Amino acid sequence: MKRRESLKAIGLTALSTGLLLDSCKSDTSQTAKAPTTPATDTDNSGRQQFEIERNKELHADTFFTKHEMATITVLGDIIIPKDEKSGSASDAGVPAFIEFIVKDIPSHQVPMRGGLRWLDVQCSNRYNHPFVECSQQQQMEMVTAIAYPLKAKPEMKPGVTFFNRMRDLTATGFFTSKIGIADIGYAGNSPNRWTGVPEDVLKQYGMENVKV
Amino acid sequence: MSTFEIKKSGTVYDAIIVGSGAGGGMAGYVLAHAGLKVLMLEAGAYFDPAKDAQQLKFPYESPRRGASTVRPFGDFDAAYGGWELDGEPYTTENGTQFDWFRARMLGGRTNHWGRISLRMGPNDFKSHHIDGLTDDWPITYDEVKPFYDKLDRLIGIYGTVENLENEPDGIYLPPPKPRLNELFIKKGAEKAGVTVIPGRGSVLTEALPGNKDRGACFFCGQCGRSCKVYGDFSASSCLVIPAVKTGNLKVLTNAMVREVLTDADGLATGVSYVDREDLQEYQVRGKMVILGASAGESARLLLNSVSTRHPNGLANSSGVVGKYIHDSTGASLGGFLPQLMDRKRYNEDGVGSVHIYTPWWLDNKKLNFPRGYHIEYGGGMHMPSYGFGMGMHKLNGLMPDRDGNKREAGGFGASLKDDYRRFYGTQVGMAGRGTAIARADNYCEIDKEVVDKYGIPVLKFNYKWTDAEVQQAKHMQETFQEIMHGMGAIITSKIPGPETNYGLEAPGRIIHEVGTVRMGDDPKKSALNKWSQAHDCRNLFVVDAAPFVQQGDKNATWTILALSMRTSEYILEQRKKLNV
Repeated sequence: MKRRESLKAIGLTALSTGLLLDSCKSDTSQTAKAPTTPATDTDNSGRQQFEIERNKELHADTFFTKHEMATITVLGDIIIPKDEKSGSASDAGVPAFIEFIVKDIPSHQVPMRGGLRWLDVQCSNRYNHPFVECSQQQQMEMVTAIAYPLKAKPEMKPGVTFFNRMRDLTATGFFTSKIGIADIGYAGNSPNRWTGVPEDVLKQYGMENVKV
Repeated sequence: MSTFEIKKSGTVYDAIIVGSGAGGGMAGYVLAHAGLKVLMLEAGAYFDPAKDAQQLKFPYESPRRGASTVRPFGDFDAAYGGWELDGEPYTTENGTQFDWFRARMLGGRTNHWGRISLRMGPNDFKSHHIDGLTDDWPITYDEVKPFYDKLDRLIGIYGTVENLENEPDGIYLPPPKPRLNELFIKKGAEKAGVTVIPGRGSVLTEALPGNKDRGACFFCGQCGRSCKVYGDFSASSCLVIPAVKTGNLKVLTNAMVREVLTDADGLATGVSYVDREDLQEYQVRGKMVILGASAGESARLLLNSVSTRHPNGLANSSGVVGKYIHDSTGASLGGFLPQLMDRKRYNEDGVGSVHIYTPWWLDNKKLNFPRGYHIEYGGGMHMPSYGFGMGMHKLNGLMPDRDGNKREAGGFGASLKDDYRRFYGTQVGMAGRGTAIARADNYCEIDKEVVDKYGIPVLKFNYKWTDAEVQQAKHMQETFQEIMHGMGAIITSKIPGPETNYGLEAPGRIIHEVGTVRMGDDPKKSALNKWSQAHDCRNLFVVDAAPFVQQGDKNATWTILALSMRTSEYILEQRKKLNV
C-alpha cells in the first residue's frame, strides 16, 4: 500500500495511531515490517532459554502484509473505538498484538488471512474497493452485516465467523493492555491485605449476614 | 577412542533422593536437618521462586498476554514442563487415554499447584467397608494424624475447624474472607442443600510462627506463579532451599535418573543418571535410595531397574508396580451472575488458593455411584489475561442494555466496549474433584518399543474410566446446575451430556495421579510396607504419591508431605537401630 493510501485509510476512520504509519514506511517489501510490539518482555529472569529464543524469533518474523495490517487496524478501531473513558484498539497497540499472537498461535493464521480476504472480496463486489478503501459508511454497512451472529444472513456466515474471531482478539488485546486494564478497572496486582468484601458492597447486594 | 564413559563418583551419601517435589523435598528436609549427608537429583532446572517467579507481572509484560502457548497454564505460570516434553514421549494403549503432566524443575509441580491442602480422612485410609470396591491402606488416619499436625505447623495452612466426619481438621491460620461471588455461591449452595465451608490452603494468611525465612501472603492471588516471598508452599522455597542451607543436602539439577543400581544381595547402592546438559552418564552411590520422582516416574524407574535379583524390576516381585494408577475425577461448569453487572471495582485478588469449597456432603448408599467429590469455586474481578472478553457474542445478547432494551448478540463499537465493562467480574465457575477407584487393570508399564532421547524406555499408560466415575461426573453436573440456579446465575457452558461422559476430564488431566507403587502388609499384593519401604529391598523407599493405596476426593499433596515426613522419621529410627 502506498503511504498516501494508508493515510487515506486512516483519515476515513479517524485513527489516532503511529503504528500503521510505522508499518507502512517501507514500500519495497511484500510484507510489512514487524510492528513495534508494546509488550515489555525484556525481563527474562525465570525464563527458559527456549522461551527467550522463541519470543525473539516470533518478533523477528512477519505474518501479515501491510494491507492486511491496515485492515486489521481499521477493523480493530471499529470494534473498540475511542470513547470518553479510554482510547481505541490501535491506541492500545492491538494490531501489533494480533500480529504477534497469530505467529504464536498459528491456528489463528488461516482464519484471519482468509477472513480478511473474504472481506475484501465482499467489499470489491459491493463497492468496487477493498475494505480499507471503502467509505466509512460502506465499512459500517459491511461490518454490520457480519457483526450480529443471530441476525446475519446465511451467506454472511464466513464473515460472521471471521468477525467473531476479530472481535475476540481485539477485545483480548485491548483489555490486557495498560489502557484496557485501566479502562476495565482491575484494581489488583499489588501488595495489600484482603479483608473481605467492602461494607457498602455487602449492603448493596444484601449480603451482610451471609457467613461461610 | 571411545568418548562414551560412565563417570562414577567415589562418595557414598547417606541417602540419595530422586526428585525434589513434595515427597523428595520433605525427605531431603527431614534427613538433612537430622545431619545425614544427602544427594538429591532433580531432572529439571534450578528454580528459586524468589528470583524466578513471574509474580506481579501485568499481562502486557508478556507478548502473548499470558496465553498458554509455551507454558500450559499461562505465560506467567511457574511450571517448566507440560503435557508433552520434547524428546521425552510416553505412550498409551489403543483405546485408552492418559495425559501426563510433568514439571521439570526444582520443587516439581508444587511450584504451580493450587495449594489446596486437604487431609485424607479415616474413611479414605480404610475404605473397604464402604462398598467393598477398594483396598484398605495398611495405616489409619490416627497413625498419620501426628504428621499432618507437624506439617500444618511446619508449612502453614489456613482453614477452619468444622468437625466433619471424613474431613479432618488441622491446625489453621485464619482463612481468607470470601469474595462477593463466593457469598452468592454460599447462598445458592444452601438452597441446593450443598455444604460450603472456608477453603484449606497452604498460604500464609498470617506470618508463620517461628519462621523468619518466609514472608506472609500479600494477597495478589497468584500462587500459581509461585511466590517471591515464600508466602505459599512450594517444595523449592519451603523444603529444598532451607535443606541446602544446612550444608547437608547437595542438589544436582538436570540429572535425569536412568535406574536404581543394586548389588548382588539385591540392595540399592545408588543410581545412574544422564546429565541433561553435558549428556554424560554418571553413577552416584548412597546407603539408601529414596524415590520421589512422581507416581509415574518412580514406577518407571523401578520397572527399568531390572537385575538378576529383581527380574521384574526393582521392588516388583508382586507385579503390582505400575498397577492401580488413579487420578481424581474432574468436571466443571461456568456461568455468570447477572446481579453483578456493572459492579463496583476494588481489589479482590485474595489468595491464589480457594477461599471456599464444598467437602463431600452426601451418602453414597442413596446414590448410583460409589464415593464422593469436593467442589472448588472460581470467579471474581481477576487480572485480565489472554482470553479475556472472548466469546462476548455469546454473552451480551443474554442481557438487556443499560436502558433495558433487548441487546442484539455480538456487535461492535462503543456499546460493545461498554459490554466488556458491564460483564467484568460477573463470571462464576465450579469444578468437582472426586474419588476414582484404584483398579489393577488401570496401569502403566514400560513400552518395550519406545525410548526417550536419553535411551530410557518410556511409560505406556492403560487407563479407562468406568461407569462409577462417569455417573459421579453426571452427579457433579446436576449439582453445579442446582447451585447455579440457586444463586440466580446464568449458565454459559454447554451442559455436557452422555456423549462427553458429562464433561469428565480424561484420566491424568487433574494431575492427581497416585497409586503406582502401592503400600500394603502383604508382599504379594503390594510393593512397599506401611513405611513406604520396599518389601524386596530394605534400603529403598518411595515418598511421592506412588505408595497411595486409594485416594479420597482430597488433593494428594498434603498426604504426600505427611507420609514422606513419616517415612523420613522412620528412616532416622531405623538408622539408629542399624537396620538401614
